[in-house]
Amino acid sequence: MTATTSPLLQLRGVNKSFGAVHVLHDVDLDIHAGQVTALVGDNGAGKSTLVKAIAGIHGIDSGEYLFEGRPVTVPSPKDASALGIEVVYQDLALCDNLDIVQNMFLGREEVRRLVLDEATMEEKARATLASLSVRTVKSVRQSVASLSGGQRQTVAIAKSVLWNSTVVLLDEPTAALGVAQTRQVLDLVRRLADQGLGVLLISHNMADVLEVSDHITALYLGRVAAHVRAADVTHSQVVELITAGRSGSLGISSADVTA
Amino acid sequence: MTTESAATQTTGQSGERGFCGDQSATSLAGAARDYIDRIRGGDMGSLPAVLGLVVLFVIFSILRPESFPSTYNMANLVVQAGAICVLAMGLVPVLLIGDIDLSAGVAGGACAAVMAVLVHSNGQAWYVAVLVALIVAAVIGLAIGGLVAMLGIPSFVVTLAFFLGLQGMTLRVVGQGGAVPVRSEPVLDISNSNVPPTLGWIGVVVLLLGFAAVSIRSQRTKAAAGLQRPPLSLVLVKIGALAVILLVATYLLNQNRARTAIIELSGIPYVVPLVAVLLLVWTFVFTRTTYGRHVYAVGGNREAARRAGINVTRIRISVFVICTVMAAVSGIIAASRLNSVTPGSGGGNTLLYAVGAAVIGGTSLFGGRGQIRDAIIGGLVIATIANGLGLLDQSAYVNFVVTGGVLLLAASVDAISRRRRAATGH
Repeated sequence: MTATTSPLLQLRGVNKSFGAVHVLHDVDLDIHAGQVTALVGDNGAGKSTLVKAIAGIHGIDSGEYLFEGRPVTVPSPKDASALGIEVVYQDLALCDNLDIVQNMFLGREEVRRLVLDEATMEEKARATLASLSVRTVKSVRQSVASLSGGQRQTVAIAKSVLWNSTVVLLDEPTAALGVAQTRQVLDLVRRLADQGLGVLLISHNMADVLEVSDHITALYLGRVAAHVRAADVTHSQVVELITAGRSGSLGISSADVTA
Repeated sequence: MTTESAATQTTGQSGERGFCGDQSATSLAGAARDYIDRIRGGDMGSLPAVLGLVVLFVIFSILRPESFPSTYNMANLVVQAGAICVLAMGLVPVLLIGDIDLSAGVAGGACAAVMAVLVHSNGQAWYVAVLVALIVAAVIGLAIGGLVAMLGIPSFVVTLAFFLGLQGMTLRVVGQGGAVPVRSEPVLDISNSNVPPTLGWIGVVVLLLGFAAVSIRSQRTKAAAGLQRPPLSLVLVKIGALAVILLVATYLLNQNRARTAIIELSGIPYVVPLVAVLLLVWTFVFTRTTYGRHVYAVGGNREAARRAGINVTRIRISVFVICTVMAAVSGIIAASRLNSVTPGSGGGNTLLYAVGAAVIGGTSLFGGRGQIRDAIIGGLVIATIANGLGLLDQSAYVNFVVTGGVLLLAASVDAISRRRRAATGH
């Protein structure tokens, strides 16, 4: 850990159980402003549960949740958005029958004297898309149904930064995309961090993770196997961390896992 | 940079915050091209209904040249369409969220019965009776919406149950075999009296000027802010087309259409301004307010709407309340036309006509797509079919078969457009 500033969002010793199933064991996680932290792990490692805990969908059983160094509680998704934490879900959450502007402002429409303020919304949507250098959509008044997978992902991500957010959680943003579209989305992820946001990227694709992220946190059976700098590890080391929980000197001992 | 974005940068020479599509629709020709693209892509809107209306007018005018196109019959047609349009306007929001209300017709009949009995048997003032009928409608809508949205029963089951139950309620209110006459003048006037011609002209001109002012101002504001907008020429063409249609219709309805020389019968039937006001109010609510936007969102993707913080349950209940209240207004208009309420009011093909009207007008049965004005265009198509077939002296069975066929045709157009949209991404 070389970051000089304190992390934007910190989890310390977080535990979460669903009935008898202990899903997260003493998980620590740091998300730094201006950096991309990748969260990797095999299916069932607890990635989704961890994201949902951060987003306020699941409460945590024990452990500390620190935001900008202050301990906070996030009992509902509303509290998470109030802190500036936005989640871009894998299955996108966009309405096909609405256009890009309408989708970006859905649930938080600008209103002037009881009437929708379309001009302000279109203005802000344009500014946000431009600040992220999104040029691939034809028009901001295009219906979302007519967008490609990559463009839809782009709109979903742009929607999350519209709200002065400080932390963006991206759940498998490139899972269903082709090569060129993956490129666009990864560029966008990098630009989010360059704008000073803390980005948590959940991905199965090691090439994407190593290319775009600054830090990697590997989860193995609900525990943090390792927290490493992306520059310090190789592709195969990350794969070992995911599949076995350790790689050489990195990771957790086998005694820990069975305990 | 990808090839896709590189291509965008070469074609779109707009400013740093522009998108290449911003330029395409700023001329009349560009707007026409966009419209044709949309039609080809399966986004038909009201086009089939408008074409259908023209075809029906031509066919019936050829078959019954002396009776169908007469001003007397046109006024009759407008009054016939009134109740259908209002019921269809109520159904559009329910269809928008992907549900259906099969009980709307009989709910209208039941509420009209409540109104008629309050005036006839209890001697209440007409406005008290109408208000009570609307409140009863709201309560029925609340019950339907609650069962659908909170218990999660499919809407067609809940409303099928209400379809039977409300017929029982009408029978109980009206009394076995009887009919309650509608005696209050203001209610009878809706379908049986006309706006004085001078007042009619003033109203239409004011409406047109208002529409022109609002649409031109909106276009100018967007142009000044550099936002996406239709070309000014397109706005002017739309204003012109609406002006021609409304002025011709007003002229025809203001002619003396009495069939004897003794009396004079002219003017726009009062049901027309009533329908126009409802159209303006609901169009405003569903296109200009947060509530309307949320209804579309729930219809487009319920999960996305929920994640965006929209109270999906409340939205779903509210559309059933709107639908049932509009059904009550429709039932009162129908009672005004027939001068009475019978136990069968709102039954039969009332609902089928209204669903047909909404779908023919371009509202999708799959949710998320449609506009309030679809109900008016579709309602005119349905009323024209009923009116024309009546003039052709066809047996009742032909009317049923033709109307059923038209509903099926409209639903097929809807389903095919949906597949086309999915294929072309519109």
